[in-house]
Amino acid sequence: MQYVVITYLCLGILLYFLLGGADFGAGIIEMFTSSKNRSKTRKTMYQAIGPVWEANHMWLIIAIVILFVGFPRIYTTMSVYLHIPLLIMLIGIIARGTAFVFRHYDAIKDDMQWLYNRIFRYSSFITPLFLGIIAGSVISGHIDTQATDFVSAYIYSWLNWFSVAVGLFTVALCGFLAAIYLIGETNDEHDKKRFIKKAEFMNVAAVVFGAMVFIAAQRDDIPLVDWVFKNTIGLSAIVLASLSLILLWYLLIKGKTKVLRLLAGFQVTMILLAISYAHFPNFIRLKGGNAISLFETVGPEKTIYSLGLALLLGSILILPFLGYLFYKFQKKEE
Amino acid sequence: MDDFLAARSQMALSLGFHIIFSCIGMVMPFFMAVSHYKWLKTNNEIYKDLTKAWSKGVAIFFATGAVSGTMLSFELGLLWPKFMEHAGPIFGMPFSLEGTAFFIEAIALGFFLYGWNKLNKWFHWFTGMVVGVSGLASGILVVAANAWMNSPAGFDFVNGQYLNIDPIQAMFNRAWFTQALHMCLAAFTATGFAVAGVHALMILRNRNRAFHLKAFKIAATFACIGALLQPLSGDISAKDVAKRQPAKLAAMEALYHTEKPAPLLIGGIVNEKDKTVHGAIKIPGALSFLAHGDFKAEVKGLDRIPVADQPPVAITHYAFQIMVGIGTLLMLISIVYFVLLIRKKPFEDKPWLLKLFVYAIPLGYIALEAGWVVTEVGRQPWIIYGIMRTKDAVTPMPGVVYSFYIFSAIYVSLSIIVIFLLYRQIKMVPVLYNQSETSKS
Repeated sequence: MQYVVITYLCLGILLYFLLGGADFGAGIIEMFTSSKNRSKTRKTMYQAIGPVWEANHMWLIIAIVILFVGFPRIYTTMSVYLHIPLLIMLIGIIARGTAFVFRHYDAIKDDMQWLYNRIFRYSSFITPLFLGIIAGSVISGHIDTQATDFVSAYIYSWLNWFSVAVGLFTVALCGFLAAIYLIGETNDEHDKKRFIKKAEFMNVAAVVFGAMVFIAAQRDDIPLVDWVFKNTIGLSAIVLASLSLILLWYLLIKGKTKVLRLLAGFQVTMILLAISYAHFPNFIRLKGGNAISLFETVGPEKTIYSLGLALLLGSILILPFLGYLFYKFQKKEE
Repeated sequence: MDDFLAARSQMALSLGFHIIFSCIGMVMPFFMAVSHYKWLKTNNEIYKDLTKAWSKGVAIFFATGAVSGTMLSFELGLLWPKFMEHAGPIFGMPFSLEGTAFFIEAIALGFFLYGWNKLNKWFHWFTGMVVGVSGLASGILVVAANAWMNSPAGFDFVNGQYLNIDPIQAMFNRAWFTQALHMCLAAFTATGFAVAGVHALMILRNRNRAFHLKAFKIAATFACIGALLQPLSGDISAKDVAKRQPAKLAAMEALYHTEKPAPLLIGGIVNEKDKTVHGAIKIPGALSFLAHGDFKAEVKGLDRIPVADQPPVAITHYAFQIMVGIGTLLMLISIVYFVLLIRKKPFEDKPWLLKLFVYAIPLGYIALEAGWVVTEVGRQPWIIYGIMRTKDAVTPMPGVVYSFYIFSAIYVSLSIIVIFLLYRQIKMVPVLYNQSETSKS
C-alpha cells in the first residue's frame, strides 16, 4: 500500500504543478499584459479558470495531507526549517484566492477593483515563486537540522541561489502553462495571437531560468548535472523535453491548441521527473549529506493502509466528477 | 508576548476565523438548495433570484473558508511540529477523508456556480446538494479529529512511544459523535440566525419584501430547529465531558471544590487566586444532575486535579456562561417563532419578532466561538489530553510573535472586506433582482 500512497503523493504534487500552476500563471499573464488588453484577458481567464480553479488547488491539500499522515517527519522537518517561505506562500494563497473571488463577486464595480487586481497579480507571482523556492530548498541540501543560530537554521535553509533560481523557473513555467491553456480558451483571433506571443515569451523565460538553475546549482555545489545527465531516466526525460520544444514551437505557429496543452503538460512532467528521479526515494536532502527518505519515514502500516484505501475510494468519487467538470466547461468549438 | 503564547494566539485566531467561514460555507448550500427546489417546483422567479443571491454569498464564504482551511493544514505543522510528528499518523484518517469531501465540494461548487442554463436543471440542483452534504461531511470529519485531541484513542502510549496505531479507532473516538453533533447544530443555528436577521432587517426597511420574506422563512426555520435541538445535544455533551474530562467540566462551572450534591452556578465573577466565585446564582444539585443524571451525585472539583493539569478557570467559565446564555435565548426565540408559524400569523405584522431576529444576528456566532473556547481552553494544558502538553509541542523557531501580528492583520482586513462585500451584495438586491418582481420572464 505504501507504493499507492507514494504514487498519489507524486500525482498530487504533479497535478498541483500543472493545474494549480496554470492557474497561478493566469495571474502572471495578466501581470505582463498591457493595460489596454487587461480587461479582455481577465474575461477570457475568468471563463477559463472560474469553474475549475477551486478544484485545481485541492491537489495541494491532498499532497499535504498525505505528507502529514503518511510521512510526518518530512512534513514536520519542512514545517520547522522552511517556516518562513511556507508562511509567505500561504499569505500568497490567501490573498490570491480571496482577491480572485472578491473581484468577481463585488456587486459594485468601482475603484475597489483596482485593489483586488493588484493583490491578485502580485500574489499570483509571489505564490509560485515561493512554491518553487520551497521545492528547491527541499532538494538543495541547505536544510541544517544541527544549526544553532536563527539565520542558518531558518533563513539560509531557503535563501540561496539555487532555491531562488528554482522559484523563478517555476514562475516562468506557470506563465507558460497558463498561456498555452488560454490559447485554447478564446475564439478571438487577436487574443489568440496575443496568448501565443505570451506562450513564446514565457517559454524563452523558462529556458533562461532553467539555465540559471543549473548555474546556481553549480555555484551552490548541488550535483544537479549528475542527477540529470548521469542517469538514464533523468537524461531521457530532459532529452524528450528538449526535443518536444521543437514540436511545440511548430504547433504554436500552427495554433493547434489541444495537442499543445498535452505537450506542455508533458514537458513540465519530464522536467519534474528529471530533477527528482535521481534522488528518489529521498525527499529532503539535509546539510552534511544526510537525507530523509520516503521509505524510511513512512508511517505505521495500518495508517498507510487506511490512507491508501481512502485515496483509492476518494478517487473513484472525485475523478469522474472532476473529469466531467473540465469537459462540461471547456470552450465550445464554433 | 512570548513565542508560546503567540503560537497559541495565532492558532486560536486562525481557527476562530476559519470556523465562521466554514460554518457558513457548509450551511448556506442547504438554504440555497431549498430555495432552488422551490423554484424548480413552483417556477416562482423570486426563488430563482434568491438562490442566485445566496450562491454569491456561498462563493465568497467558500473561497475564504477554503484558503483559511489550507492555511490551517500547514499551520498545524508550522506551529505544533512535535504534535504533528506523533499525532499525524494516528488522527490523520479523518483528514484524508476530509480532503476527499472538500475536493468533491469544490468540484460541485464549480458546477453549481457556473451551471446556470448549462446543465440539466435537476442535475444542477443535485450539485448544489452535493456542496452542502460534502461540506457537512468535511465539518464532521474535522471535528472528529479535534475530538481525538480531547479523547485520544487508537494507540498505546508506552514509555513515551506511540505503539499499535489504529487510525480507524482513533477516528471513532469517544468524543467524536457528541462534539460533531453539537458543532453541526451550532453551525445551522448560528448561520440561520445571522442570515434570517439580515433579511428581517431588510423587511423592516421595507425593501423587496417578497424576496426577503421568503429568504427569512427558509433561514429562520433551519435556525429555529437547530436552536431547539441544541440543548439536548448540550446535555449529552455535558455528561460526556463529565466522564472523560472532569477537569474541563470543573473549569466550565468554576467548581473549585468537589461537592456532593454540586450546585450549578449561573454567572459570577471568578477569582483564580482565592479560588472563589462571587455573585453567582446557585441552583442546588443541578450540576450533579447535568453531569451524572442524579441530583445527589458527586461532581469532581479542581481540588482533585493536580495544579499542573488544571485549565484556566475564568476564561472557560465565562465562555461557557456566554454559550449557554445565548443558547437559551435563541431557544426562546425559536419557540415564539414556531408558535407563530403554527398559528399561521404573518411575520410582516410582527415587527417586534423581526427585530428580535435582527438583534440575534451576531449572537449565534458569539455562542459558537464561546463554545470553541470552552472545548479548547478547557483542554489545556494538554494538546493531546493526558498524553502531550501544549508547551512541549510548539515550534522551536523563535519570532512567532511577528507571524502572529501579520496574520492578525490579514484576518482583520479579510473580515472587513467580506462584510463590506456582503453589504454591497445586499444593497444591490433591488437593482440586480428587481425585474422579476415586475415582469416575469
